[in-house]
Amino acid sequence: MIDRSPARKAFRVANGAFFVLYAVLCLVPVVQVLAISLSSSSAVAAGKVLLLPVSTTLRSYSYILAKDAFWTAMQVSGIRVVLGVGVSMLMTVLAAYPLSLPKEKFRARNLIVWLFLFAMLFSGGMIPTYMVVRYTGLINSIWALVLPCAVQIFNIILMMNFFRNIPPDISESAEIDGAGHWLILARIYIPLSLPSLATMVVFTMVFHWNSWFDGLIYMNESAKYPMQTYLQAILVQPNPRLITKATAELLRLISDRTVKSAQVFIAAIPVLVVYPFLQRYFVSGIMLGSVKE
Amino acid sequence: MKIGHRTRREIPLYLMILPPLLLLLVYSYGPMLGLVMAFQRFDPALGFLKSPWVGLYYFKRMLILPDVQRVVTNSLYIASLKIVFDTLAAIVVAILLSDIRNRHFKKTVQTIIYYPYFLSWVILGGIFKDFLAVDGIVNRFLGVFGVAPIRFLSNAPLFPWILVITEVWQITGFGTILFLAAIMGINPQLYEAASLDGAGYFRRTWHVTLPGMRTTIVVMLLLSLGSILNAGFDQILNLYSTSVYSTGDVIDTWVYRAGIQQAQYSLAAAVGLFRSVVSLVLISIGYYFAYKKADYRVF
Repeated sequence: MIDRSPARKAFRVANGAFFVLYAVLCLVPVVQVLAISLSSSSAVAAGKVLLLPVSTTLRSYSYILAKDAFWTAMQVSGIRVVLGVGVSMLMTVLAAYPLSLPKEKFRARNLIVWLFLFAMLFSGGMIPTYMVVRYTGLINSIWALVLPCAVQIFNIILMMNFFRNIPPDISESAEIDGAGHWLILARIYIPLSLPSLATMVVFTMVFHWNSWFDGLIYMNESAKYPMQTYLQAILVQPNPRLITKATAELLRLISDRTVKSAQVFIAAIPVLVVYPFLQRYFVSGIMLGSVKE
Repeated sequence: MKIGHRTRREIPLYLMILPPLLLLLVYSYGPMLGLVMAFQRFDPALGFLKSPWVGLYYFKRMLILPDVQRVVTNSLYIASLKIVFDTLAAIVVAILLSDIRNRHFKKTVQTIIYYPYFLSWVILGGIFKDFLAVDGIVNRFLGVFGVAPIRFLSNAPLFPWILVITEVWQITGFGTILFLAAIMGINPQLYEAASLDGAGYFRRTWHVTLPGMRTTIVVMLLLSLGSILNAGFDQILNLYSTSVYSTGDVIDTWVYRAGIQQAQYSLAAAVGLFRSVVSLVLISIGYYFAYKKADYRVF
């Protein structure tokens, strides 16, 4: 059924060209930020920088890397990602296992499933959530960035569906051998679902690395901001006083704009690094919750 | 004796569900109960239980505040535009992508067009502010054709469209995944039959591909009903400024400024409650019809 008419051929070529253009459009903004961050401030101010660095210098990067505030934010983000992913994955597995069992084995199942589902449809909103976080004493604590978002309902549902597809014979024979629920979860369910769990770990890592709004409202001191919140504060400051003690000589090489660009690029690096791993799995991951026909 | 045994077998299950359930009750159901603050003159020092009761006072204020009418209209307008254009772009790109034969080229394109989805709006905001600046790359490109520099991000009539375009740029690639899967699921014999009947590429697309995607399109549109008041908080907060409040300020950004920055807790909570209730109703309707029409189930 391959159509060899000239019109069809022309369409295919045009279609290929469209996707080349589309891919370039996706890359251009990021490439430009990288180019600006690697250029001297005088070249940037003169409007010479498009997609390639002009009078290349790493001074913007060395300026950022010498700042304590940068490393503090990096550290907060690091701790947040580790704690956040750990707690969230634990909660996902702990909730998914009981909820994946039939009602005969866990009689409270349906009620609890509805509790989780309803919380996905309705929320108290920003202000009451802020108050609850405040009343539970988490303001200014790293746990404010971990506990309120620890229960990822969508992940729990994905995991629950995955667990339900594990043949019941396996756990039944383990039960006959005297294994309890904890043992079945740890020795059968978790090992069998390692690939899905790995996907979820990477997704949760990206989620925690990218989150910034909770840092903004739950942390009162900028010294406790995670990386993205720190970056956001730098970018929206109306009168940026980012470069305070720069000498005239240094200012020819770096400017507010080159430093901001370098900062933006650094914050994007972790996502760009894990992205290939993410891409391998996310297609199957998001298909799980989709149309069943 | 039998029931006792059954209950004993269930104890570990309760222990497992306890930590996530506790967190759910505190941080999801806690704030839902905390919505009582919308009916109180809420004082953080007094808390949800002791703040004085004012009934519907803040809801009445909400209805007459011009700010609130503005942000509701803006949210509806921006979110509707986004639903239409996001869906349309994803459908078109998915159909075109499925026509690419070269596997390597297709894979490379997919890798590149999916990735913007994973960058946060803090990063994208920084990138686009530079990109759309008066001396940014877009204005320099337009300058080649003699167009005077445009202040994209402080131009009120343009701003909603900037939001739509940058969002389409960010999520179209990722949005194609479900539609591509739907196209892959179409029986190839249908295409052969159509070809034998003399249908060219465009007629095959119209009469085979699009009908084959129908269920997925309907479900995606129904599920997006719930986000009709969700205009994209992260994106807007990182791109907007006071000069575009008239067209770009939405419910969520307003609630943030009123509730967190200006400490008008009860008023902001009342507006938030209105938004949550509308979303709940629309999501429920969306799920109901998706279930009825397409047998869509979350679990």
